[in-house]
Amino acid sequence: MPDIKRRTLLAGMVAMPAAACSELAETGPAGDLFDAAEDWHRSAHRTLASRQALAPEYAADERSPDIRGNGTLKVETAEYRAHEANGFADWRLSVGGLVDNPLSLSMADLRALPQRTQITRHDCVEGWSAIAEWSGPQLSALLDTAKVREGANFIVFRCADVLYGRDYYESVDMVDAYHPQTIIAHELNGAPLPEKNGAPLRMRIERQLGYKHAKYLTAIEAVASFDEIYGGKGGFWEDIGDYQWYAGI
Amino acid sequence: MRRHSIVTRIWHWINAAALVVLFMSGLNISNAHRHLYWGNYGFDPADAWMTVMRFPAWTTIPQRYDLAEARDWHNTSAWVFALGLLVMWVASVITRHFWRDIATQRSDWSLRALAKAVREHLPGGGADHDRPYNPVQRITYGIVLGIFLPMMVFTGLAISPGFEVAAPWMVDLLGGRQSARSLHFIFAWALFAFFVVHIVMVLTSKPLKQITRMITGGARKESTVA
Repeated sequence: MPDIKRRTLLAGMVAMPAAACSELAETGPAGDLFDAAEDWHRSAHRTLASRQALAPEYAADERSPDIRGNGTLKVETAEYRAHEANGFADWRLSVGGLVDNPLSLSMADLRALPQRTQITRHDCVEGWSAIAEWSGPQLSALLDTAKVREGANFIVFRCADVLYGRDYYESVDMVDAYHPQTIIAHELNGAPLPEKNGAPLRMRIERQLGYKHAKYLTAIEAVASFDEIYGGKGGFWEDIGDYQWYAGI
Repeated sequence: MRRHSIVTRIWHWINAAALVVLFMSGLNISNAHRHLYWGNYGFDPADAWMTVMRFPAWTTIPQRYDLAEARDWHNTSAWVFALGLLVMWVASVITRHFWRDIATQRSDWSLRALAKAVREHLPGGGADHDRPYNPVQRITYGIVLGIFLPMMVFTGLAISPGFEVAAPWMVDLLGGRQSARSLHFIFAWALFAFFVVHIVMVLTSKPLKQITRMITGGARKESTVA
């Protein structure tokens, strides 16, 4: 049966490097190289553009008809449903971790802060883009009020949604945390956020892909390292799928 | 002097390897959202100008759908590809390889010159594979080196939101982010078409000699007929 043999051999030739690639990619030198390449991209972006450089902003008539929801579209917990029934009037956002002055803010507190409104493009890691207007206070204002301590290197965002049985969370470094377009959005196109887009609060991290923009935000935490948080890779998709922590590529 | 300089030879093989990884990991990434759009936004398949096929696992890196790992392969080999192209271009200008072997003269664009090159490559045409590149080769290599490969780099940079803030004009010039993404896809397939023709041409013109020359360099013969 030469045909079967040949086919088996061919399949083996294709499968062998493929299996080797997968093993290489997960651990060892290739994994280290991937991490290094990700760092080079981040360094190159930060070198070529100023740390405060703004993502493009658009005119009102350049917005897309909708902004697609992705990941969690409905939060199936009794607690969230109770908040929704109540119009999110009792929703609170805590700011803690390595800060001198921990905060617990109501929706009214957040609306009372100076607001930034920006029409920006949302790019999903899958490849699609949508353009919408987002409004909310800048994260930097909250961090300044909370007085972030020396030694804090990252800001972690905790969320109310659970995907595949795990709490969603994300993190950014201080450059993106203090970026002027990094806001805690509570409005989309002039109306309160719809549930699919993260009601009542979501992050906007405009120079990175969509999975960094944590939705259903409950807590902001300044940390020295995210090694001990959940899977230790700094975010939900980073933990479960080995997605890149720096999502600016 | 050798037919292929050491820079050309090293770049050729490194670039070939990088392109294979980029193309196959790119097909994996394409499977994440198979719809292509023009302009700055696009997410609704109803607005797509094209929906491409789902590329089977055997054509992709890794050999199963894995967007995160495919992006690792893609974004890592992109460095090899882009820096290699930059080195190749700088070297081609310094050593005059570009003007000597690739740049065309006005007479190269005449129908007669092009027809002659094609005729010589038909069966019994008696093409001399030791001579400098013919007009069809010069034009093809010029388009690949000057347009296809650089466009892969530019459209790739443009769809990176972190790079975009450094050069927002690049995204505007390409017609918006989704246009840049569509062009990235189109030029990838243009390169694939070049790859197929390139392989066919090598296989039909003393392949062993051609491949050996791209490793050892081979001897350079100058054109005797003006």
